[in-house]
Amino acid sequence: MSAILPGSPVPGGTPLATSGSSAPAIELSGVSKVYGRGSEAVVALERLDLLVLDGSFVSLVGASGCGKSTLLDVLCGLARPTSGSVRFEGKELHGEVPDGIGVVFQEDASMPWLSVRQNVAFGLRTSSLPEKEVAERVDHAVSFMGLAQFADHYPAQLSGGMRQRVCIARTLVLRPRLILLDEPFGALDQQTRLLMGDELLRLWRETGATVLLITHALDEAAMLSDRVGVMSARPGRFIDMVETGWPRDRDSRIVSDPEFGTVTARLWSSLREESLKAMGRAA
Amino acid sequence: MTRRRAVLFVRIAVLAGLVATLEICCRAGIIDPLTVIPPGDMVASMINHVGSGELDESIVNTFSTIALAFVLAIGCGTLAGALIHRSSRLRDVADPLLASYYSVPTFIFYPLLVALLGLGKAPLVVLGVLSAAPAVMISTLSGLDGVSPVLLKLARVHRLSPARTLWWIVLPAALPRLFSGFKLALSYALIGVIAGEFILSGTGLGYAISFAYQSFDNRAMYGLMLFVLLVAVIANGILYVWEGRLARRRSSG
Repeated sequence: MSAILPGSPVPGGTPLATSGSSAPAIELSGVSKVYGRGSEAVVALERLDLLVLDGSFVSLVGASGCGKSTLLDVLCGLARPTSGSVRFEGKELHGEVPDGIGVVFQEDASMPWLSVRQNVAFGLRTSSLPEKEVAERVDHAVSFMGLAQFADHYPAQLSGGMRQRVCIARTLVLRPRLILLDEPFGALDQQTRLLMGDELLRLWRETGATVLLITHALDEAAMLSDRVGVMSARPGRFIDMVETGWPRDRDSRIVSDPEFGTVTARLWSSLREESLKAMGRAA
Repeated sequence: MTRRRAVLFVRIAVLAGLVATLEICCRAGIIDPLTVIPPGDMVASMINHVGSGELDESIVNTFSTIALAFVLAIGCGTLAGALIHRSSRLRDVADPLLASYYSVPTFIFYPLLVALLGLGKAPLVVLGVLSAAPAVMISTLSGLDGVSPVLLKLARVHRLSPARTLWWIVLPAALPRLFSGFKLALSYALIGVIAGEFILSGTGLGYAISFAYQSFDNRAMYGLMLFVLLVAVIANGILYVWEGRLARRRSSG
């Protein structure tokens, strides 16, 4: 198993494309996002280009405050870019989340007044699917995420990891073609993160969806992804794209592969200077 | 015995002990019967007065006024709270007013309300609403403040309309705090209406208690007081049990 490590940072303005024969799932062209105006303007994202091909698993890492979550909002249509465009399956997004995109947030987004089954079914409340199919999809998603025993429990009766699985299951019932995850395992302990990573890889393989994970954890990004995009300190720009070269059929045991250390080291070497900048210290 | 049952048992035992002590003190002449009558006599008087049918009209009047004031307070309070929540400028103005609202004795406006609305139910309803609605407004603001932003993001991801976002996400998320306001609103509506009747009205249970007091009819006064107290406790108890059921779902217990 070998990691493909591009030798130099990607030049600014060049789309960071994932390889493969598929069509692009999502495409960013010259995306910038500025909050505020005049002297109070804060540039969160600056001229981002990104091409994520259908069926790939891409992670984006960056220092704290580099605009990762802003980027996720822009990617799924929750926020409009100040300039540039975002296309999902070739169609430009205009401030609305299109059909086919599922989002899992960093924060616990389970609804405490609904049982696990009701939480998962929430995703299909507005669908016109027959009741039987809704029930089948919900049962499948609940079982897939290992929550069958807890289907009638309420979120307060579950651990943090299980609540996040509820949120993933709620996304899963929608059968999204693109799953965006914003640091979904941020609040979990290391062991649970590794196991949740396995669940995510299984989900990715079995659904065939494109997955874009935003994380600050380099090892998580290195373990899960086909490619990892590295973002600069604010304003967020892409400074590197690391290709891992892992086989599709992988799991958390990959962390013991010698190449895993090489990939992680490469990510850190790209990110170290940016992290220092984010902390307000010179490299 | 579970902890909850043990707590309930102790609570009932303490209450029963206090009532028994009062009964003994009254029967033994330690407490003058012209001041307080024995609780047993209060119960007998309540059954006698309520059962005789002579108070039916007052009971219907009072509790329909309280119910109307309660419902209006919830409607107006929730709506006003939601509107204030949407505007930061309105919020800046309203916050200090709401915080100091209960230092204003709203009963002083009763004569004005009578002058404006005439005698009858209307000024009492307004008095009940004036007493109860601010509690609902405060709890609505607190409830809406407490709705997690990620749930609102979730609503957008699921492309929910504003009405569905409100009905499916915002209201259920804010419900525990709203409920606290509803419980307070019931108490304040009851206090507002009964006190209004007591002070200035010529009808209702408050007036009946006041009339018995002024006629030195202790038996009737304590019987009616006990009746109002029982109804208030039962109504609050129903809300308390309902709230408890909602809370149990949301807590790890």
